[in-house]
Amino acid sequence: MRMTRSIGAALGRAMAGLTRKAFTATLAVGLLGAALAPATVRADAGDDVLAKFATDRFPDTEKAIQDLAASGLATGPAMLDALGANQLYFDPASKSIYFTNAAGELIAARTGAKAEGVAQARLRKVRLNNSVRGAMQAAQGALSLMSPDPAKRLSGAESVFKSRDPASLPAVETALKAEKDTKVRRAFEQARAAVIASDKSQDELNRLEALDVIKERGDQDAASLLSTIAAANDGRVKSSAEDGARAIQSRLALWAHVQNIWYGLSLGSVLLLAAIGLAITFGVMGVINMAHGEMVMLGAYTTFVVQEWIRSHNPALFDYSLFIAIPLAFVFTGFIGVIIERCIIRFLYGRPLETLLATFGLSLMLQQAVRSMFGANNREVGAPAFMSGAFDFGPLAITSGRMWIIVFAITVFVGLLALLRLTPFGLRMRAVTQNRRMASAMGVDTNRVDALAFGLGSGIAGIAGVALSQIDNVSPNLGQSYIIDSFMVVVFGGVGNLWGTLVAALSLGVANKFLEPIAGAVLGKILLLVFIILFIQKRPRGLFALKGRSVEA
Amino acid sequence: MQTSFLDKRGRVFLAVLAGAATLVPLLSLATPAGSALHMPAYLVALFGKYLCFALLALSLDLVWGYCGILSLGHGAFFSLGGYAMGMYLMRQIGPRGVYANPILPDFMVFLNWKELPITWWGFNSFSYAMLMVLLVPGVLAFCFGWFAFRSRVTGVYLSIITQAMTYALLLAFFRNDMGFGGNNGLTDFKDLLGFNIQSDGMRAALFSISAIALGVGYLIARAVTVSKFGKVLIAIRDAESRTRFIGYRVETYKLVVFTLSAMMAGVAGALYVPQVGIINPSEFSPANSIEAVIWVAVGGRGTLVGAALGAVLVNFAKTWFTGALPELWLFALGLLFILVTLFLPKGIVGTLNEITIWPRRNPPQASPHATPAE
Repeated sequence: MRMTRSIGAALGRAMAGLTRKAFTATLAVGLLGAALAPATVRADAGDDVLAKFATDRFPDTEKAIQDLAASGLATGPAMLDALGANQLYFDPASKSIYFTNAAGELIAARTGAKAEGVAQARLRKVRLNNSVRGAMQAAQGALSLMSPDPAKRLSGAESVFKSRDPASLPAVETALKAEKDTKVRRAFEQARAAVIASDKSQDELNRLEALDVIKERGDQDAASLLSTIAAANDGRVKSSAEDGARAIQSRLALWAHVQNIWYGLSLGSVLLLAAIGLAITFGVMGVINMAHGEMVMLGAYTTFVVQEWIRSHNPALFDYSLFIAIPLAFVFTGFIGVIIERCIIRFLYGRPLETLLATFGLSLMLQQAVRSMFGANNREVGAPAFMSGAFDFGPLAITSGRMWIIVFAITVFVGLLALLRLTPFGLRMRAVTQNRRMASAMGVDTNRVDALAFGLGSGIAGIAGVALSQIDNVSPNLGQSYIIDSFMVVVFGGVGNLWGTLVAALSLGVANKFLEPIAGAVLGKILLLVFIILFIQKRPRGLFALKGRSVEA
Repeated sequence: MQTSFLDKRGRVFLAVLAGAATLVPLLSLATPAGSALHMPAYLVALFGKYLCFALLALSLDLVWGYCGILSLGHGAFFSLGGYAMGMYLMRQIGPRGVYANPILPDFMVFLNWKELPITWWGFNSFSYAMLMVLLVPGVLAFCFGWFAFRSRVTGVYLSIITQAMTYALLLAFFRNDMGFGGNNGLTDFKDLLGFNIQSDGMRAALFSISAIALGVGYLIARAVTVSKFGKVLIAIRDAESRTRFIGYRVETYKLVVFTLSAMMAGVAGALYVPQVGIINPSEFSPANSIEAVIWVAVGGRGTLVGAALGAVLVNFAKTWFTGALPELWLFALGLLFILVTLFLPKGIVGTLNEITIWPRRNPPQASPHATPAE
């Protein structure tokens, strides 16, 4: 391999003055040529190959293209590119071939050098039709099999897999022998299998073996190839291809479900983040906080402010901006929450409908305040390096941002659960939830617990805002788009029950994503709203209702 | 204990309405354009709009003030009535539309629809459209209430699911496939019952009709609330479980008053659309329904007259603010929400009642802000 490559490189160096692309092509052809025949023979054969292009008949042009690919002529790739762009010419008298390159210069196909003194008016275009175009693409695929760039070899293998042109088989076989990269090697094997399996002249056992390779590939292309083969053949090949296509289809359907579940969990975690703070304020205190969405919005704007500060003062910290924003958002929105509780909500306990109105008024004021300060337009919040990018999981592409938001939502949930279960504050809060008057009689300062609980709920809304700033537009209306969904989640899950909120958020998220392909995004959402409305009729206290006398009070 | 059908407050209210219904058309039509007394057409439409909002507030007061059902879905009933009227007005455009299709409204031609969808059948007839103005909100409220009240969904839960209903309708009407004009809604109306909808005479007539509708709505609501039926409603508001244990079928009472109220809201919407000239899905937005609640709270719930007064006052303030200080309007509205709930829980009329401007002939009603008991 090293030796052939060096031959190619030497050949390439000899062709000084060519463009980089042409250089690569030369290298590729050098490889192909070295494998097929001695270099000197190839040069002589070139004239015959080129002469075949001097024709007006499409089938002849097709034949010429196939011969060109097999010949490994140095200018072959450039000629094919020119042909695709309708820039390949022939001289009817001398049967010599020319093409114009990207710079618009006329190049002689025989030498690859600039053609001087040729009257372009005398030349005629080599014409194209769809069939010629197909042959051309197959030839390009065959030629790119030898590219030193693995990505190009891979795409070359893909195009052979799609074209299944028997003529490219020798090139694939050659390339396969030389290939070291396992991924590309597999692609070559699949391309070879695709050609063999579709070629009726091949031995049946070979074809069946090839079908197995295609089955292993297992994606949509493989499935459609198998069904094409099944339709065109009979006997064992047909049945094997049919089985393979069916198996791949059912596997793909399974993956589609996995993908829906993943997207659903992603949406569900967003719902969970938005709703979990509400579960605290609504669940513990029975307060309908319509300004909850605005707390989320304030959290998102905190992220924006932190990033602005980092951009202007210390850009190196940008990747840590979210870690700085999370505690700040929690403290900021939590503090605002405590103020709201002390100034407004504590006067309205026991009057939930009035609380709803007062907090709605508050949400209008907060929106307008943010609009006055930051403007009504969306604000740009950037994603740190670890939040951008994606990786493959089976056939699924998983974006890191979504994954981290799921992780974050679960972390917040577990943290909150631990706070409620394990700390003295959590104990007091649960006591107040279950029986306010009894807790008060036992010496719990319910006022203090209320204020802190409201602050906690608001603070969690704030850190939810930090996460949502990564996937949503940061605008004064950010909160409004989440408030109704959040209420649905809390009511569906059961008030005062964090596990209920978790189950409700995730199941609504997944249900939404499964409905979307069937009913469309908007109709799916409407169906879910209707479902929740009906569900509330059946279980007015949600999925996991608190039980006991105190709940009814 | 019998409450007199029309107290002094009610009589003043009706007299003011009757005065407005006659005076405004006079000022608008019988005075020359340059005269100091002349009322321009846009003002007539604006005041007409206030009256529609007042009727909506009145319908909301009937369920919230007297039965403790805080509906955040009355904006939806209002909009449905408006859409029914809008559909009639669309059919009246006929071949005068941009695409000059005698049957299909422009947006359907634009969407390449060939036939009128079944939901639009019959809307070329005024009486059918008016029936739908009552029926569509009424049937929706009946079905919704039938489920909700039977399963004893009360208090904030009911508020939240009525809000979900409005939100679902908002999303639904935004879809082009629904056949109600999607995002753009229905507009470009030409005439109503053969009269040009833009003409001064039509505007004055619509104003008077709105005033009359508000008066009739008040009388109906008053008749309901002073009757024995109304007393049971108040009992349900103040102590639902006790009322049920005494033997009243609470669900039935709630259902009747909720449906009636939704129909009134539908009428308000139907009168609103020709006066503003457009109906689109944003009317369903949950914020609109909550805003209607604050009108009632400002005026005083459980007072009927107060609800109407609150609607007019808040909307007048909105018109003034959005003209003079647009930045501050949401601050003012938000502050109004907070201050009224904190310091004026009985609203303007309720508070006036307490300091007895009007001599108290009737025994005091139960405190309007008692929480609905389980």
